[in-house]
Amino acid sequence: MFKMKNSLRVVGRKTTLFFEDLGGIAILIKNILLGVPGSFKRFHLTTEQMLFMGVNSLPLILVTSIFTGGVASVQGAYMFSDYVPMRYLGTAVGKTVIMELGPVLTALVVAGRVGAAIAAELGTMKVTEQIDALETLAVDPVKYLVVPRFVSGIIMLPILTVFADFIAILGGLVVSVSFLNVSAYTFLNGLKLFFRLRDVWGGLFKAMTFGGIIALIGCYQGFRTTGGAEGVGRSTTRAVVLASVLILITDYILASFLFGT
Amino acid sequence: MIEIKEVYKSFGNNQVLNGVDLNINQGETIVILGRSGCGKSVLLKHIIGLMKPDKGQIFIDGEEITAYSYEKLSNLRRKFGMLFQGAALFDSMTVEENVGLGLTEHTALSREKIKEIVKEKLRLVGMAGVENLKPAELSGGMKKRVGLARAIAMDPEFVLYDEPTTGLDPIMADVINELVISLRNTLKITSIAVTHDIVSAYKIADRIAMLYEGKIIWVGTPQETKNSTDPVVMQFIHGSSVGPIPTLT
Repeated sequence: MFKMKNSLRVVGRKTTLFFEDLGGIAILIKNILLGVPGSFKRFHLTTEQMLFMGVNSLPLILVTSIFTGGVASVQGAYMFSDYVPMRYLGTAVGKTVIMELGPVLTALVVAGRVGAAIAAELGTMKVTEQIDALETLAVDPVKYLVVPRFVSGIIMLPILTVFADFIAILGGLVVSVSFLNVSAYTFLNGLKLFFRLRDVWGGLFKAMTFGGIIALIGCYQGFRTTGGAEGVGRSTTRAVVLASVLILITDYILASFLFGT
Repeated sequence: MIEIKEVYKSFGNNQVLNGVDLNINQGETIVILGRSGCGKSVLLKHIIGLMKPDKGQIFIDGEEITAYSYEKLSNLRRKFGMLFQGAALFDSMTVEENVGLGLTEHTALSREKIKEIVKEKLRLVGMAGVENLKPAELSGGMKKRVGLARAIAMDPEFVLYDEPTTGLDPIMADVINELVISLRNTLKITSIAVTHDIVSAYKIADRIAMLYEGKIIWVGTPQETKNSTDPVVMQFIHGSSVGPIPTLT
């Protein structure tokens, strides 16, 4: 009986926390949207974040994308062997990268690098009372800290995804030509064969949504930080895990809407 | 003038403020004494609207602020400056940007004019020439002084000090005390300081209040406080482990 009561209490507490988080995120989204029009007044804050989120992520995106494209080619060739002509390898790699791998893997990499950094930075500001200090100076922390990160997330993720798509396809091409006995002409012809611009826009829309999620979750977790260095560590981990899970769930929902038959 | 009427605040089962009543007069320096964790900083955060009471009212210049919207509170805060316990300087900014942030955000002053004001405020706290340093390059005492310059940058009517001398060596603590006194004399600021540093309290206060078990149990001048026969006040000012204040908390 005691055990059951305890379990019910835990379930109750977790459920309350879940709805508390949901409500907190909804309020943060509302405040961000109200703050976006005024963000041009402090656009230098957004450009700083764009540099950090975008330009500084390029080396990591370059490495992950080139190997992602290579793996897509090797796996595609393996699945095609004896059943599908290799002239469709470029089609498969292109579609997979543009519609799925490019936006999702870029988002996961950025969630690990930038989402964690946002949560750690804002979390440290919270526990050292810097966010309280902003408020005492009558500066709205959402407008000053969150909006620039959110705007830069939704701008930079699509740009990073275009870069990732290009590099991954290049990686796929290099692997196909070097190891899979598929000529560059065949690969590129395959790439063009069923190319639809709608796929590119769909992938970029996904990337934009993921950029917003990464910034939103990083900021939310940062603002909720309590308990010193340990709390900052906890928030950082939670930001990366939650953003990654949300990216994958949102990916499924968006794919169903954008590419569903 | 600030009036605090019957303010209650709890966190979970912990009743931190339990009906605080206190009036703070224009132009005076009041020091609120109390043990670590007794709710002094919480009270300060209520005065500036960073926290809302569960029950009770706070009046600033006759206006009740507890029911204020975020925008109204934001406007009200321009009358305030606050020095935080750890200074709470923004790590990513230089000293100049830290001190000038309020002016950059809320005034249409030119960058040159803001630089000039920042320089002046830094000179007032004895920190001229550090404009381009980052907070990480400053010592604890220097950070507090820069924090103080930031707090007075907008020429506030009220300055709140959260443990202004905690963590400083006695000489630097006295430098901060002198600064608080000089700011009151030159700028005619109303100051509210919370601390457990008795030496500092005697030096800077016009009146001393004591917060104990969530209530203000004593208000008096430094001389009256020294001569108090209240056993809680006596135990606290003499720093004795024997008395009505429990030590195992």
